Amino acid sequence: MRLKLKIWRQPAAHAKGEMRDYDLDGVSPDMSFLEMLDVLNERLTEQGEDPVAFDHDCREGICGSCDLMINGEAHGPEVTTTCQLHMRSFRDGQEIVIEPWRSDAFPVIKDLVVDRSAFDRIIAAGGYVSVNTGAAPDAHATPVPQEDAARAFNVATCIGCGACVAACPNGSASLFLGAKITHLGALPQGQPERDERVVNMVAQHDAEGFGGCTNIGACTNSCPKEIPLDVISQLNKDLRTAMRHGH
Amino acid sequence: MTDTLSPESGLERSDAAGYFTPGEPIRDAKAPAGPISEKWTKRRFEARLVNPANRRKLSVIIVGTGLAGGAAAATLGEAGYQVKSFCYQDSPRRAHSIAAQGGINAAKNYKADGDSVERLFYDTVKGGDYRSREANVYRLAEESVNIIDQCVAQGVPFAREYGGLLDNRSFGGVQVSRTFYARGQTGQQLLLGAYQALERQVAAGTVTTYTKHEMLELIVADGRTRGIIARNLVTGEIETHLADVVVLASGGYGNVFFLSTNAMGSNVTATWRAHRKGAYMANPCYTQIHPTCIPVSGEHQSKLTLMSESLRNDGRIWVPKRAEDCTKDPREIPEEDRDYYLERIYPSFGNLVPRDIASRQAKNVCDEGRGVGPMVGDFRRGVYLDFSDAIERMGRAAVEEKYGNLFDMYARITGEDPYEVPMRIYPAVHYVMGGLWVDYDLESNLKGLFVTGEANFSDHGANRLGASALMQGLADGYFVLPNTIRDYLADGPFEKIDESHPAVVEARRSVEERIEKFLSINGTRSVDSFHRELGHIMWEYCGMERSEEGLRKAIDMIRELKREFWSNLRVLGTADSLNQSLEKAGRVADFIELGELMCIDALNRRESCGGHFRAESQTEDGEALRDDANFAYVAAWEWGGEDGQPVLHKEDLVYEAIEMKQRSYK
Repeated sequence: MRLKLKIWRQPAAHAKGEMRDYDLDGVSPDMSFLEMLDVLNERLTEQGEDPVAFDHDCREGICGSCDLMINGEAHGPEVTTTCQLHMRSFRDGQEIVIEPWRSDAFPVIKDLVVDRSAFDRIIAAGGYVSVNTGAAPDAHATPVPQEDAARAFNVATCIGCGACVAACPNGSASLFLGAKITHLGALPQGQPERDERVVNMVAQHDAEGFGGCTNIGACTNSCPKEIPLDVISQLNKDLRTAMRHGH
Repeated sequence: MTDTLSPESGLERSDAAGYFTPGEPIRDAKAPAGPISEKWTKRRFEARLVNPANRRKLSVIIVGTGLAGGAAAATLGEAGYQVKSFCYQDSPRRAHSIAAQGGINAAKNYKADGDSVERLFYDTVKGGDYRSREANVYRLAEESVNIIDQCVAQGVPFAREYGGLLDNRSFGGVQVSRTFYARGQTGQQLLLGAYQALERQVAAGTVTTYTKHEMLELIVADGRTRGIIARNLVTGEIETHLADVVVLASGGYGNVFFLSTNAMGSNVTATWRAHRKGAYMANPCYTQIHPTCIPVSGEHQSKLTLMSESLRNDGRIWVPKRAEDCTKDPREIPEEDRDYYLERIYPSFGNLVPRDIASRQAKNVCDEGRGVGPMVGDFRRGVYLDFSDAIERMGRAAVEEKYGNLFDMYARITGEDPYEVPMRIYPAVHYVMGGLWVDYDLESNLKGLFVTGEANFSDHGANRLGASALMQGLADGYFVLPNTIRDYLADGPFEKIDESHPAVVEARRSVEERIEKFLSINGTRSVDSFHRELGHIMWEYCGMERSEEGLRKAIDMIRELKREFWSNLRVLGTADSLNQSLEKAGRVADFIELGELMCIDALNRRESCGGHFRAESQTEDGEALRDDANFAYVAAWEWGGEDGQPVLHKEDLVYEAIEMKQRSYK
């Protein structure tokens, strides 16, 4: 395959960025999207041009590192992570525009690499169960109905990639937040801190500069783990309950 | 069988003679005396306590945020120590533990099928082919029980039965159901549990995280490990971090093979820099090759994808009986023309034989010309993993419920539907059992340097059982290290040192010089091209099967590659910014040195054990043949200097609670 790539190049956080064009041939449809970028970087290195910086690690769709806007879509045209996107999803001769995640809360570090540490700070604000090591009762002491366990698991699959934020016209991280709230809220272990958790995590979300949710649904459509939109309803419900309880 | 004389004879004649210098044996690994079931209780009692008020005066550096590092950081933070946690990723949640699919073992006996701490201990020692340290493994089995309780309390969503209790399954190589799992994403859920506990401590102010930071040097001052030199990968700044103690939890080095199931960034640098500072590297040649990976599709490949070997519970492995059937549609090959080779050779374990056996047999049938799938190079590297019987027996919905995400992943990568056509699998490098040498306290031979999880060598011997990696990571991180490190810290806080200390100055200078060197070589070849070449050498000569001749050749090739690397490398860009080629250059330089040591270790060990199969040591029917008389020892290698030879220290493996037997799954 032969491709026309348009890639966002920005040498550093405060430097001016620009779109740059690259022609790349010899791409195999079996390559993953990131392997295609590896090939481009090999060529750039040979030519003495700084290779394109991009985040990636496991290349198995689970670590959540890869984060590219491809032709305006988070992770590209398929519902998956960029590392699991293959070149067979593109046409020979196609033009592909590659940009970093777009969000004020995710500032660009270099080229396609952004800073997503805001997500860690949201978790630090309450996305956990407060149990010290060694203080746990026997695992069978608290049965969990299978349905609740399945619900918790299905939303705990969030990989924290940030596609939801990148896809959202408001730059909201409500899907990410809702997934954690719903995961812990579905389990008995998550109940004692439920009110406090949602209030603190929402406050941190807003402080980081993420936008509000207006139920557009772009987040769930671009989520590689298909976290459903109703986690946001759960988030709002938990927040209302917490406020009713005087938080 | 073997012409290596026993070391006690004083006339050592190793295959690797001339490549290394014999050193003093390691006489004491510091496991307490007494019955094996009381050692850990005794050690925990004897390990001195640190008064809560004194803990905040003590500082701990932990490199790596996976199951071992994340769990340790969270636990030590809770205890009140000042913890600094480092990772090269942009968030601790992305450590490679997250990719583990299958499950975590624990001797809970929830299925009442005869499991116990003793049985998990026995299975693990046997599975590791009697090359692990008995006392450590027993402790691992004991702590396994607590791990599940801890994780459930954190909200880890393990699979459950209708009654609301936890579900278990059996896993590669064992006959009891002791594996806890969260669909095919157990590693992810366990890591998120540890990560959340860690972030809780970040909020509490006991843990400070340094993300996108890479440890590039260890600081050893006045006989104690006192800190690290790290590079801030975003700004390029070289930072000095000092503490009372350092813990390496930086994972394994499978990426020395270039193609592996490891994350692209997984590297050996933290442990290799420690090795060069004097820490022993133990059993570096023990590599686990995982049998259930998606086969290579072409030359562009950057990594291999593992599929959980839980697939072997219900999938049946076969190849055509005749080579001429290999290009046929598998659905058109009748039952009588299929060779279910694992079920045929190992009737009592069948498709559930341990990983090393399953891997080697897959290689054997492909080498015979009965492999399936696309031709890569000059032959087909793949065998079928067939679910048609399972779909008939359980129904498609049940198979989907159990393995759906793995099937989807396979379909996405290969473009084939595994519900319709049997999957194809081939072995790939997955895990390393070698790592820095540690004593019973998880302390290396360098005072104040502790090593946990995959980065140490101790618990898996020559082969790791399925679902045991997660168990070791969390046991070390939550329960073992926090108990042993306090004994060390009870002597602290140690005398303050500052950045003007000669050991710090020297460490900083060596990091800066190295970076300058990478940027100034200005040759013609990219870092990746060197890494790929090293990987080819390692896979070819130090992979699933090793021979004396191949290993000697590999050592020569690696030495040549090293010379070329340092004279013909091209790294563009600068040191004062995000520079991914520069990061890789440092890692590949270390991988090259490690690769040479792995080959020397493999050459020295003229026996087959676990994941180390020496062609010269096999039974008449081609099974691995151990040589307990000569090799029942841990090979702990000391760095011999830039131009010197590595020094071999041996720790004899003594089995008191378990009788050493030839491993047989027939």
